[in-house]
Amino acid sequence: MDLFEYQGKQYFARYDIAVSAGGVALTVDEAVKQAELAQYPVVIKAQVQVGGRGKAGGIKLANNAEEVRTHATNILGMDIKGHVVKRVWVEHASDIAEEYYASFTLDRSAKRHLLMLSAQGGVEIEQVAVTDPTAIVKLYVNPIEGLSLETARRAVVDARISQKAIDGVAAMLVKLYECFTKGDCDLAEINPLILKPNGEVHALDAKVTLDDNAAFRHPEWDEYRATEELDEREKLAREKNLQYIGLDGTVGIIANGAGLAMSTLDVVNQVGGKAANFLDIGGGANAELMTAALEVINSDTKVKSIFINIFGGITRGDEVAKGIVEAMKRVKLRAPIVIRLDGTNAIEGRAIIANAGIDESQLMSRSTMLEAARVAVDLAGKN
Amino acid sequence: MLQSISQERINNMAIFVNENTKVLVQGLTGGQGRFHGLRNRDYGTQVVAGVTPGKAGQDVEGIPVYDSVEAAVIATGATASFIAVPPKAAPAAILEAARAGISFIVCITEGVPAQDEARVFANLQRDFPKTRLLGPNCPGIISPGKCNIGITAGEIAALPTKHGPNVGIVSRSGTLTYQALYELKQLNIGVSTCVGIGGDPVPGTSFVDCLAEFQADPETHAIIMIGEIGGTAEEEAAEFITNHVTKPMSAYIAGVTAPAGKKMGHAGAIVSGGKGTAQGKMDALRSAGVMIGLNPTEACDLMSQIVAGF
Repeated sequence: MDLFEYQGKQYFARYDIAVSAGGVALTVDEAVKQAELAQYPVVIKAQVQVGGRGKAGGIKLANNAEEVRTHATNILGMDIKGHVVKRVWVEHASDIAEEYYASFTLDRSAKRHLLMLSAQGGVEIEQVAVTDPTAIVKLYVNPIEGLSLETARRAVVDARISQKAIDGVAAMLVKLYECFTKGDCDLAEINPLILKPNGEVHALDAKVTLDDNAAFRHPEWDEYRATEELDEREKLAREKNLQYIGLDGTVGIIANGAGLAMSTLDVVNQVGGKAANFLDIGGGANAELMTAALEVINSDTKVKSIFINIFGGITRGDEVAKGIVEAMKRVKLRAPIVIRLDGTNAIEGRAIIANAGIDESQLMSRSTMLEAARVAVDLAGKN
Repeated sequence: MLQSISQERINNMAIFVNENTKVLVQGLTGGQGRFHGLRNRDYGTQVVAGVTPGKAGQDVEGIPVYDSVEAAVIATGATASFIAVPPKAAPAAILEAARAGISFIVCITEGVPAQDEARVFANLQRDFPKTRLLGPNCPGIISPGKCNIGITAGEIAALPTKHGPNVGIVSRSGTLTYQALYELKQLNIGVSTCVGIGGDPVPGTSFVDCLAEFQADPETHAIIMIGEIGGTAEEEAAEFITNHVTKPMSAYIAGVTAPAGKKMGHAGAIVSGGKGTAQGKMDALRSAGVMIGLNPTEACDLMSQIVAGF
């Protein structure tokens, strides 16, 4: 789960990482109130999960209530690369002497934690990596050894960060590492990490991605869930506990297993169609689950045909078939279903579908993935 | 000593597990452990013990249950463990098995936090370098006719033939593994071993580990690899294949059409920062001489052509 900047800063604060005083606002009045609390001058920042906010006019400085009103009015509701601004973060403006970059991620290849640190902050780190790769210091941390202040200090020196900031940045790195590991982040990034004229080191931005698998030990994440930006289909799917990702094609997809679901998208694409979604129904494709999956797909008005791709291993083909027939009694579908059923008890499953008394134009069975994809794409084109 | 190892190697072709592998199930008294543990036994796997703290002395359809892995190992001589416990308990279960001297661990648990996986991996590497972990979040391993540990339905796997050619399968995805097994069976191609390494960010066993074993296994004549978007495991495999694998290979990479920034079901399947794309992986494998299918069926058809040439 990706956090908004303000949530990332709140999360940082839990680990004692210095951030500016500020607050989140959903309305212009609230923005003014937060500005008064933070004390002028303040910065008003659009809360969207996309880069390039500054260039789009989503970050503005304000010296008084009137300026806050003007900027908040402009920014709230603004569309930044397809993301509509619903909230602004209002914080006390910081004096900046220098800007750095720091992040922790898991390097999957090395199977170690990776610190990236640069004295060139405030710009896209990908750009720095291209123009001046030596400006980024990379340090691998063994997850069972952790990061000591001494090791962090060495990395800071290697990154050629100013003498006066060395201790502050090193201490900040140790805290950020703690946030990354104990806080179960996939990514914890500060860009820019600033040095103030008074010598303080401070996180001016926060980019945090949380590992959803660790949610069971973080009850504090519940409030982040509430603000997650999901489309209506994704919300419905989450309620039904389905692995669903909305896409923009016309062929609705249901498959068992993430790999097969991905593969189904690929095959639909290969025969000239576009998938409306990714949906992994998981292992037990019974009537309950199938009904829920079909309801979610059915809520998507762009769907013109539905391709159900099931490979029975532990999942039995006859149970899947019963599930579909039962689900079709419960849900009135807007689009026809093409099913490919293979593996354990597939023959029995196909027989159930053929004998269900459902019109062949509404539910049809094909024996291979490719053939079923062709029919589904063809139907999506016609409807 | 050396001679006896190589002798054993010839008798028990297949990689990682064979008919002599004695397996204990951590979580045998739970729903998943019981269901799959018994299925594995029905397949012919030597499932010799279960482990559930506090349930020593009980049995699950004749399989004795012990309080700890150590007690189970002492009593039964198990060398492999099948872990089917919830995500919270999985890291400790893996380390308990390693401490008790288990050399091959299969962990099917889905939903283990990445930080835990990274710590467990580093722990195994430092303290138990001889222990191999498969997973977490993997379907397991099957050497058809010999041993099945995990959730694969054994009947969809074709038995290897005495003189071959037989195919080894290694895959990051569960259902696509079954798909490949099933298609090879339709094509009458024998399988030496099929390994599902799982779709998590820090898998205990990598493509490269499996490719090295398949290359060394005299019963494996060709290899199918099924990858997916995210990470760099396929690119690393391609480099290894170029330098070390002489057996012919076909492959399929899932997720050509996956949008960037979205996790496609598996925690590890995500294209981010332009990295981990299916196209990049296919290109790397192609340069390594691997035949690429654009869907699982095509990859198996390509394997059928490869096998026909033997």
